[in-house]
Amino acid sequence: MDWTLIWVFGTFGLYIGIALWARAGSTNDFYVAGHGVHPVVNGMATAADWMSAASFLSMAGLIAGMGYGGSVYLMGWTGGYVLLALLLAPFLREFGKFTVPDFVGDRYYSGTARIVAVICALFVSFTYIAGQMSGVGIAFSRFLGVDFNTGIFFGMGIVFVYAVLGGMKGVTYTQVAQYVVLIFAYTVPAIFISLMLTNNPVPQLGFIGNLKGDDVSMLQKLDETVQGLGFTSYLSSTKTNFDIFCITAALMFGTAGLPHVIIRFFTVPNAADARLSAGWALVFIAILYTVAPAVGAFARHNIIESVNETTYVPAAEYAQGSQLVSEAGETPSPAWFANWETTGLVAFDDKNGDGQMQIRGPAAPDGLENEVTVNNDIYVLANPEIAQLPEWVIGLVVAGGLAAALSTAAGLLMVISSAISHDLCRRTFFKGMTDKTELRVARGAAAAAVIAAGFMGIYSQQLAFVAQVVAFAFGLAAASLFPVILLGIFWKRMNREGAIASMLTGLIPTFAYIWHFKLGAGKAATADEWFLGVSPEGIGFVFMLVALVVGVTVSLATKPPPQDIQDLVEDIRIPGTRRSHGIADSGMAPVD
Amino acid sequence: MADAPESSDQTPDRKAYWPEVIRLTLTLLAIWFLVSFGAGILFREFLDQFHIGGAPLGFWFAQNGSIYVFVALIFYYCAAMNRLEKKYRIEG
Repeated sequence: MDWTLIWVFGTFGLYIGIALWARAGSTNDFYVAGHGVHPVVNGMATAADWMSAASFLSMAGLIAGMGYGGSVYLMGWTGGYVLLALLLAPFLREFGKFTVPDFVGDRYYSGTARIVAVICALFVSFTYIAGQMSGVGIAFSRFLGVDFNTGIFFGMGIVFVYAVLGGMKGVTYTQVAQYVVLIFAYTVPAIFISLMLTNNPVPQLGFIGNLKGDDVSMLQKLDETVQGLGFTSYLSSTKTNFDIFCITAALMFGTAGLPHVIIRFFTVPNAADARLSAGWALVFIAILYTVAPAVGAFARHNIIESVNETTYVPAAEYAQGSQLVSEAGETPSPAWFANWETTGLVAFDDKNGDGQMQIRGPAAPDGLENEVTVNNDIYVLANPEIAQLPEWVIGLVVAGGLAAALSTAAGLLMVISSAISHDLCRRTFFKGMTDKTELRVARGAAAAAVIAAGFMGIYSQQLAFVAQVVAFAFGLAAASLFPVILLGIFWKRMNREGAIASMLTGLIPTFAYIWHFKLGAGKAATADEWFLGVSPEGIGFVFMLVALVVGVTVSLATKPPPQDIQDLVEDIRIPGTRRSHGIADSGMAPVD
Repeated sequence: MADAPESSDQTPDRKAYWPEVIRLTLTLLAIWFLVSFGAGILFREFLDQFHIGGAPLGFWFAQNGSIYVFVALIFYYCAAMNRLEKKYRIEG
């Protein structure tokens, strides 16, 4: 696959070139890119930061398999931006410091609150980053023929260069380049597939249109097809409405509480730019997120149409084999299936020994067993071949997947390194540290974090919690970080005691619940055993509500926060009025 | 009007600014809730009897429509906030 090599190394060269150009000269550069990023540029960087390997490669397949049930990801991972724009980003930017624990520590005048926030931020970010690194390893081992671990080392090397040299500044501009690569790689095949199936070049319109030469809609046809094979309906879900509600809410509030997303809004010049930037971020994200359900539905239709009831031809002798099958008057299995079989992403197991490939759901009317397994990633990866696009497009999709993984990994690295160098070193243990020393420590922490993340990627198979990133990262961000940030801005009376109590009641039960039902004794539990019927993915929302109530109750039962803090809250609500306030800013003055 | 003196009593009291922001925020969040949790989940089955193109309406809101509204909400918020800041002479 020469084209893959050209794309992958071409884009890597580009990222390194940007890194050399955008080096950080101060902690202000390193943590927040000098507050000089244009809101549209930051929107693009945020979109790349946000869209991970999973959004790019797996989400369309996930939706294709779940049908309506997949909507939780679509609404959950976009709706959070409304919360960010309206409730958090502009105020946190006006607050004017470097990290999320900075806000928690200074607003709640408490080193303990800062440390609890650091723990939340580190746990969320490490869970998330391990998945990105293993995604890089998988892409390398499947498409470039190198070992999984070697692939991770390559990825580490690239991120090392731009995160350690450039900090947030380097990360921002490489993320912009990565966004361009990934969105191009995602939409080009989608446009061709849409044209091929529905005659409409806009996938979002093809999605609600009819199949070519057909007078029923694509979705209705797909729904009939999957139900006819014994799958559940494409247009509904087996989950309860209440559970779908909770999962969507946990993903939305979790998105708004994720530190690597929040810190992107610290890089723009002011509060007005922060809210505008959230709007642009969502525009760039929506381009992929509104195409994804179309890609999923098209690909599911395509895979069933082109594979089901065809005669299996093994990859080894595909050319002659398919010719023989055609001569015998039967339909051979498609070439793309044979090509991807070697990667292990698709597999055929001839259970009834008839040589035909049967795709069946759990309740197949003809009683046959399913013989074809398809990995979620195939829906995006095989798209170019299914649409018969030239070979260079396939390489582009691989480069797009790597761009998605690396850009997200870099954003997470910034959270991890700043939590260590800024919150733990400068603000907690070595308060007299100079800016120059802090910058050196920040680079060192970024380097150490790259290495740690790489090893977590390498051992991701053994670290069971890594696979549960959706539940852990979003659930914990929603339940532990979101409530204290929200109350810290909108409720002046919220105090230190309330904040610590709120974070802990969000963090501990959410963690325990997810651990119990995903990895612990309750792994095999059915939905009836869940608390209120809420799945581990949705529990973050329930404990977020509990954390809000606990935060308010404990605050009311204890002393109100000092006047300095109340004045600070007044200031961050009105753009341009931020002054320095004794206790809140004694450790560090706000930066413009 | 250019030579009209800018006296401070022409600028509305800043105390009224924050309640206006809160009112705007709550209104937009109500729409945010209605298009996603409302149309996409709670009222989906009812809305699915209507169609947009070939897609059932509730299903479409859950997979595409709500996202378009989210984008519109944020840009509307930005415009409305700029207006409010101008009214209260707040310069970010």
